[in-house]
Amino acid sequence: MIVEAKGLRKQYNGVWALDGLDLAIEEREIYGLLGPNGSGKTTTILILLGLTEPSAGEVRVCGHDPVREPLAVKRLVGYMPEKVGFYEELSAFENLRFITRLNGIPEGEARQRILEALEQVGLKDVAHRPVATFSHGMRQRLGLADVLVKKPRLAILDEPTSGIDPEGAAQILDLIRLLRDEAGMTVLLSSHLLHQVQRVCDRVGILHRGRMVAEGRVAELTAPGGFVAVLAQASPILRARLEAAEWALAVEEPRPGELQVTLAEEGRPELLRFAAEEGALLLELRPKEPTLEEIYLRYFRE
Amino acid sequence: MRAIFWKELADHLGSRRFFILSLIILVVAGTSVYLGIQGFQENPAAARDFPYLRLFTTAPGALPSFLSFLAFFGPLLAVLLGFDAVNSEFTRGTVSRVLAQPIFRDAWINGKFLAGLGTLAIVVVSIVLLIFGLGLYALGFPPDGPELARLGVFLVLALLYLGFWLALGILYSVLFRSTASSALAAVATWLFFTLFLYMIAGVVADQVVPVRADSPAEAWLKHENLRDFILRFSPVALFEEATLPILVPSYRGLSLLALLMQPGVPTNPLPLGQSLLVGWPQLVGLLALTSVCFAAAYLVFMRREIRTS
Repeated sequence: MIVEAKGLRKQYNGVWALDGLDLAIEEREIYGLLGPNGSGKTTTILILLGLTEPSAGEVRVCGHDPVREPLAVKRLVGYMPEKVGFYEELSAFENLRFITRLNGIPEGEARQRILEALEQVGLKDVAHRPVATFSHGMRQRLGLADVLVKKPRLAILDEPTSGIDPEGAAQILDLIRLLRDEAGMTVLLSSHLLHQVQRVCDRVGILHRGRMVAEGRVAELTAPGGFVAVLAQASPILRARLEAAEWALAVEEPRPGELQVTLAEEGRPELLRFAAEEGALLLELRPKEPTLEEIYLRYFRE
Repeated sequence: MRAIFWKELADHLGSRRFFILSLIILVVAGTSVYLGIQGFQENPAAARDFPYLRLFTTAPGALPSFLSFLAFFGPLLAVLLGFDAVNSEFTRGTVSRVLAQPIFRDAWINGKFLAGLGTLAIVVVSIVLLIFGLGLYALGFPPDGPELARLGVFLVLALLYLGFWLALGILYSVLFRSTASSALAAVATWLFFTLFLYMIAGVVADQVVPVRADSPAEAWLKHENLRDFILRFSPVALFEEATLPILVPSYRGLSLLALLMQPGVPTNPLPLGQSLLVGWPQLVGLLALTSVCFAAAYLVFMRREIRTS
């Protein structure tokens, strides 16, 4: 276990931001911390880094207690905050060099590491341009480079893809996977963007009001799949018959004259027979993709 | 901490506001010294004792002396170096990134303070050296030992004084979340201590101990003592009182008593040790103010939650 937390509680101005959180992350795992804004994701991260003290509970990160030995933890952990900021008038290279100096990395090696990290995130060509001229996506990638130069055992990324266009987000997610596969890092990332978390994370934990409401592999958490069928040229009568059929779990009409039917795996022969008997035009029949969205909404509608 | 120190120092020296303010100080200091040198040429007798020290204290014509100029404008430079030291890091979002590195939290604020102090030292020392150069050019002989020793003490005092304002700026940068309000608070404090407190002290002393030209000496003494008492809450007054005996070797204190006795007291210069004694209480007061200010900034910063929202 690289991260272990038990019964974490944290009070901010009389409000419990964390209310008895348990967390365990294994070495070389990509763990996604999910939850709406204000559910305690950032608070959890700050406590793990020793940047804020828990009101109660126990934490161990890389075998150290962040409250008692913050420096030992900070040496092994890289952190990219949610709104990552840089010194605008300094270049990307200089910003990273400040970080390597704070980490006591010797100059020669630091230079090499910085150029390597900038190359990995695709910023090598603009290494000597002031950060003030960078776009949001470039800053976010520079934030990743900032974590990379430290070569940490654990990388903590707070909302690494927030506010970035899909292409940029995909690049960052690929980089995150690379961190784990090539550098052997453990990654903890927080997000409220479910489909992205689903793409890269091995395991996810869903936070709600400072508590872990669900945790596990993405596949375990998502509802069993089933199938979706789309029928065209449907009449209201057809719809009524479908709704009456036992194997059709749900019937929707996304476009006029087109019906979308959700069914279990066993329902497929029934559907085909139905389509043949009624003369309905079956456009497609595909397995339903399991999404976290459903489970997420299930928890937060309550 | 060294990495922080060098980065902050480089930031200060490269910043536009530092450049503008040093330029103003340099120009005005240069002018006042130039006029001082001209005064020597008109009245060569004045150049006999401690001519180099006179360059810093004599006020030719309408311009203030270098000393009062430093007392008035130095704080502005110092406060401007400090007022956004911490809160700008919060608004830029660099706080959590830097504090997530393996450094002690206090190394950051200490490094910032020392870098500010280093910047101020560079400015003050280079201006003093420049004045020396001008003096050497005009007078044609180098300063002697006692003069150099006194100037050394003066430099330490000046740095202590500017250090107070720097610490005040940093304290405001910790207390106020927005850089605009901390800048306003800093400038307001500067105006209060350099201008308003002098007026307030005069008004209060007049109200409590009204005096007229024909009032007895005791009344005048009480009036002056009360005025001085109020003024001594201001670091500006403390600095002026502490530096005068250093730069004017014959100076024996500001109290009316000393002034009244002036005709009977020999006006020959005091040794450095005795001059130091005259300004010692003020020096300690200045040191205390600086320490309290920095300690407050330090404590508030150490307890601050990193979380901004």
